[in-house]
Amino acid sequence: MLSALQSVAGTVLNLGLLQEWGWRLVQGLIVTIQIVAISCSLGFVLAYPISLARRSRNLVLSGAARSYIAFFRGTPLLCQLYLIYYGAGELRLFLTSAGLWWFFREAFYCCILAFTMNTAAYQAEIMRGALNAIPKGEIEAATALGLSRYRIARHIIWPQALLVALRPLGNELIGIIKASALAAIVTVFDLMGQTRFIFARTFDFTIYLYCAILYLLITETIRRASNRIERRLARHKLAGIIAATEAAGAAAAPVPIRRSPAALLRGRA
Amino acid sequence: MSAFSLLFGPDGWGPLLLQGALVTAGLALATVPFGFGAGLLLAIMKLSPSRLLRAACDAYTTFFRGIPDLLSLFIVYFGLQILIDRTTHLFGLPKVDMDAFVAGVIALAAVTAAYSSEVWVSSFNAVPRGQSEAALSLGLHRRQVFRLVVLPQLARVALPGLGNIWTILLKDTSLISTLAVADLLRRASEASRATTRPLLFYGAATAIYLVISLISGLGQSYLERRVNRGYA
Repeated sequence: MLSALQSVAGTVLNLGLLQEWGWRLVQGLIVTIQIVAISCSLGFVLAYPISLARRSRNLVLSGAARSYIAFFRGTPLLCQLYLIYYGAGELRLFLTSAGLWWFFREAFYCCILAFTMNTAAYQAEIMRGALNAIPKGEIEAATALGLSRYRIARHIIWPQALLVALRPLGNELIGIIKASALAAIVTVFDLMGQTRFIFARTFDFTIYLYCAILYLLITETIRRASNRIERRLARHKLAGIIAATEAAGAAAAPVPIRRSPAALLRGRA
Repeated sequence: MSAFSLLFGPDGWGPLLLQGALVTAGLALATVPFGFGAGLLLAIMKLSPSRLLRAACDAYTTFFRGIPDLLSLFIVYFGLQILIDRTTHLFGLPKVDMDAFVAGVIALAAVTAAYSSEVWVSSFNAVPRGQSEAALSLGLHRRQVFRLVVLPQLARVALPGLGNIWTILLKDTSLISTLAVADLLRRASEASRATTRPLLFYGAATAIYLVISLISGLGQSYLERRVNRGYA
């Protein structure tokens, strides 16, 4: 029994494994961060025009944006990745003559292309929701006051839309970090890829747990940071809600309220 | 060969792809009761007075929500296999191999439970306390209160969130293709390797996924209209 316990503890905390292979994990982590940083920011840039097209009154434009979004949100990312990576192989002659083969030859670039287009669809929907959340009256009032379109966007629309979009955008960033593990399947040595490599060499299951801890560290940090930022940006709204909660809490509810002020705000919005 | 005969001809890959699509749908459907059910249990434990229980459930959710779904699947899949090997070894039983489909369902359910428990918790919070207090004071048993008063209202609030998770689940089934289950994506990979026409077969697979998700979107809006009958 004791030896069984020891073997369990040895499996869970195999530090020798880290000593030997830790450097590979760090290298993988760097690749993961590169993939996420590039595709997330390119996706953000791409998402804005898509969300504008989606809101446009032009039926062709909004239809095209709608199908783009439906396609990338309705099919698995892995399938999109295969389509680009293996599909490019079939088009090799054409791509070579178009001078694009150097790009599609690399699994790394194919991943970035797939993740960028995928996240652009999700981010476009987030932006659309945020833009829709702004009351029309505010824009009408600003127009009536004679503000230019740029100033309306800069001072009225964006500050409010960003606040609404912040949490979903943070979630989307976490989503891309998690999705980037798919790169390992098409031979990229990101964090997941290195982990699979190490597992293939050592057959030590613990390495998956170390990999999980690394992913957890990143995603939890981002989640907490985005909560913080949201609370800070929304403090003008929170003040009123906290006061209202306290007033209500004094009158009723002998049970402690488990929901945080930020959660209350979300409930309102 | 033409694309048409590769898909629909006598030796075409169409039937195999459709079979794969059925496996994909089957995986997702089989996961729902376990995943959502376990999520509900997790949510109930998260709202329990025991601090230890709450912390354990929160840790479970944080873990599975914070790591890639692919990694969760690997951990559950290989972890289960190792666990089974160790147990059979301990009792001197012969080696048992897990059925890949069953293992896939367990792995997907583990992830789905973590995602859905958050939805359940927030819908618990959305049902006014007065409802269960009133039911209790009317003399209903605690279990009756849950089953007859809270759960029906819960389902209405939870449905949109659960719908989102169902969409994620449907797409996550494709990750199982990297293990050993002959789902839609794996069939498409086999076909494209055998014919060296990846564009055609991955394109076909994408189209089938799109059809499945469009159908499930229609189903979701029907369900939502149905549970909201009395409200509007």
